[in-house]
Amino acid sequence: MMEWETVIGLEIHAQLATRSKIFSGASTAYGADPNTQACAVDLGLPGVLPVLNGEAVNMAVRFGLATGCSIAPHSVFARKNYFYPDLPKGYQISQYELPVVHDGEVTIELDDGETMRVGLTRAHLEEDAGKSLHEGFEGVTGIDLNRAGTPLLEIVSEPDLRSARQAVAYMKKIHSLVRYLEICDGNMQEGSFRCDANVSIRPKGQAEFGTRAEIKNLNSFRFVEKAINHEIERQIDLVESGGTVVQETRLYDSVKGETRSMRTKEEANDYRYFPDPDLLPLEITSEEVERIRATLPELPDAKKQRFMADYGLSAYDAGVLTASRDQADYFEAVVEAAGGEAKLAANWVMGDLSGALNRDGREVGDSPVTPAMLGGMLKRISDNTISGKIAKDVFEAMWNDEGDADAVIEAKGLKQVTDTGAIEAMIDEVIAANPGQVEQYRAGKDKLLGFFVGQVMKASKGKANPAQVNELLKKKLSG
Amino acid sequence: MSIHTSTVAELSTALARGDHSSRELTEAFLQRIQGQGVALNALVTVTAEQALAAADAADRARADGEAGPLTGVPMVHKDIFCTRGVRTSCGSRMLDNFISPYNAHVVDRLSAAGMVCLGKANMDEFAMGSSNETSFYGPVKNPWDTDAVPGGSSGGSAAAVAGGLAPAATGTDTGGSIRQPAALCGITGLKPTYGRVSRYGMIAFASSLDQAGPMARTAEDCALLLEAMAGFDMRDSTCVEREVPRYSQHLATDLNGLTIGLPKEYFGEGLDPTVASAIDAAVTEYRKLGAEFREISLANTHLAVPAYYVIAPAECSSNLSRFDGVRFGHRCDAPKDLEDLYKRSRGEGFGDEVQRRIMVGTYALSAGYYDAYYLKAQQVRRLIRDDFLSAFEDVDLILGPTSPTAAFNIGERSDDPVSMYLSDIYTIAVNLAGLPGISVPAGFAGGRPVGLQLIGNYFDEARLLGAAHAYQQVTDWHTRVPEAFA
Repeated sequence: MMEWETVIGLEIHAQLATRSKIFSGASTAYGADPNTQACAVDLGLPGVLPVLNGEAVNMAVRFGLATGCSIAPHSVFARKNYFYPDLPKGYQISQYELPVVHDGEVTIELDDGETMRVGLTRAHLEEDAGKSLHEGFEGVTGIDLNRAGTPLLEIVSEPDLRSARQAVAYMKKIHSLVRYLEICDGNMQEGSFRCDANVSIRPKGQAEFGTRAEIKNLNSFRFVEKAINHEIERQIDLVESGGTVVQETRLYDSVKGETRSMRTKEEANDYRYFPDPDLLPLEITSEEVERIRATLPELPDAKKQRFMADYGLSAYDAGVLTASRDQADYFEAVVEAAGGEAKLAANWVMGDLSGALNRDGREVGDSPVTPAMLGGMLKRISDNTISGKIAKDVFEAMWNDEGDADAVIEAKGLKQVTDTGAIEAMIDEVIAANPGQVEQYRAGKDKLLGFFVGQVMKASKGKANPAQVNELLKKKLSG
Repeated sequence: MSIHTSTVAELSTALARGDHSSRELTEAFLQRIQGQGVALNALVTVTAEQALAAADAADRARADGEAGPLTGVPMVHKDIFCTRGVRTSCGSRMLDNFISPYNAHVVDRLSAAGMVCLGKANMDEFAMGSSNETSFYGPVKNPWDTDAVPGGSSGGSAAAVAGGLAPAATGTDTGGSIRQPAALCGITGLKPTYGRVSRYGMIAFASSLDQAGPMARTAEDCALLLEAMAGFDMRDSTCVEREVPRYSQHLATDLNGLTIGLPKEYFGEGLDPTVASAIDAAVTEYRKLGAEFREISLANTHLAVPAYYVIAPAECSSNLSRFDGVRFGHRCDAPKDLEDLYKRSRGEGFGDEVQRRIMVGTYALSAGYYDAYYLKAQQVRRLIRDDFLSAFEDVDLILGPTSPTAAFNIGERSDDPVSMYLSDIYTIAVNLAGLPGISVPAGFAGGRPVGLQLIGNYFDEARLLGAAHAYQQVTDWHTRVPEAFA
């Protein structure tokens, strides 16, 4: 049996978070009524001309700087010519031979904790097309040009990825980066972040690439993984049964879970790229690049290192916490509010908070439990006002808008019992009620200590300080 | 003074003195347009109602003491400029139903200056032509001889001025489309430096070559119009942010010591001898005015037409893709699918010359041909520009014929695209280089006007206009009017 190696490269389209379009003043806000955000330029009326939105350029440069790319001092907008009803001018303004950003890399972390570098070939600016609407129209197709002219950054990776999981890890990395940089909202449902995957196989050890198929328009991490895995399987089956892979564009059908051919290389458009004579070459000085560099936020890799160094977190915890800028910011605010307790804060943010957010489908930015509230609760754990177990109830109460930790503890009487006399009294009752177990324990069955602790905690309704209970029990039982 | 043969400057003075109101002038020109003018087919749309309203507004502005030199002076726009609420056809069936929702920058500028737009001038379809025969609305006639073409593509504009239907007109020049019809109709036409006038709202033919400019009887009138048309517009990225000189205030030019280059390539084979002698006579006039002449070489002149006919069609093939029957313009009846919609809408909407250029341009940009055609043509373009730049190290202006012949007959070249293309042989290189050029009347050949072309360095319109004006102070070719339209 031949062993196969998969080769994958991704082209990610990140919609840039500018307020207006890349070549016109129309708004880019999502969800408006069809064609209400398409001005004369977006409609491609006779005589109109594009004017480049400088903010889109700044965003592309930010991305380039964050990924160690070169920023081209001179890049060129080109026209990609093809006919389609949602492409008003009959060409898309893109960059072809000279992209604004090129030759960088990102480091991704794999499931086994290993890291790998993925090369970035280029990232270029282009305009999005409109949308064809098929639903709700009888016998005709509707055209909505609201999206036409929305700025996109197309991020092209080297063919460095070897599995669907690597591809997903890479895509997540870029997703995290663009959100850190505040250049894309990363909303995959609205299509703000999507990718095309180029997939090929080759016998393990072979240097040349196999023929690739391009899977278009994958708009979730799950689809990327499934589509690529399906495509790998399809190609291997095809080749092993004596067929050959043809260069083609394929579509992923998320319902059937398979890819199907859209067009082959022979049917492919000849886009007749040429420099757009309506736009001057894009010149970026090194001063501008430095000015933009100075505005870059701390990036995920640096933040992760800092979290490990400053907070003593494991690489895993630091990686999870810094995966999104909002979560990292939340964590740091909790630590500040708690006056330390970074490990505890990490556990709570990654555990109960993250669970509750997932359960209710919320983003960390709109958590009902603010960092100040969570930090306040952690303080009460560390000063022994409540146990970790009671804290879970306090957290739920805070989540349900019952006030901050102190208010919940007060209202529900959850304050931990630390009075030795009160605990001893409860222990005495438990010992008196369970003579048989006491005898067995004293005969050497140490394991029964847990039983006694449980009984005492139950008697205290969970409020007794577990450490004290342990200590006093041992003393009394051996006495 | 006869209104319809007056210059813009003369009408401006008459308005200022109160000899005429703008309404009177406007009515007089509308009458010409609807009378003798009809035979010329120079206008495709007459906006009488809007014109009279604009004239009244101009008269009120004057009464309020807010009149500028152009306030109340009538004119026509080439139908390539978008005019709000008015059909903007670009001479094409494709846009026969297109009412523009917005004004071109040039339209707004001249309107702000108080000019009264009488209507829209006929033109070669999408500005592709040198004879005005490719218009969907039929050929324009040359007022000097209605068997002759007026030149193109701004043939309607040129014929309107020469025929006394308007004292001035806007034009656009991609390969000679202002200068060549100005020459063939015996008027003055200026193609400014690329980037001097905003292209916003001017329907694109070849974006890297297109430039709007004025057409009128005299250099002085062109100066007045250019002052109003030129200037920075942030909606056109290729428009240059640079101060606009008061051209009309600096017309008086001492030509003593001015050095003019005569490119030997512009006086060779193909130049009609009568045209050549008219240009020789003009050289003599300039010598008398103190100018010195020097023979120069623009060695790559022979490559200008082939390079142009790769670059311009390439750009037009892309620029005209938006005319697809989907959002505006002509749509075929009952398309059976998307491909049918595209093919029939475009097949029916575009005429032969436009289709020919779209096909040539599509071919030139195709994979496998791009390097051999488009890229090579761009290299030639740089060589041509370099030729001019090195010439301008030695001379202040370049002089030659605008067109190798006077106006030819309607139908004479319409079956032979190459002979048609060669009528722009002296004008095309100027567009490839992006330089300003002006054509001024310099005599007649067989009763048809001959144009003299002056070419200047970048943004040297003031010097061009000054030199043209000086010539018009000592000659009267520009004052001649065709007998049938006197």
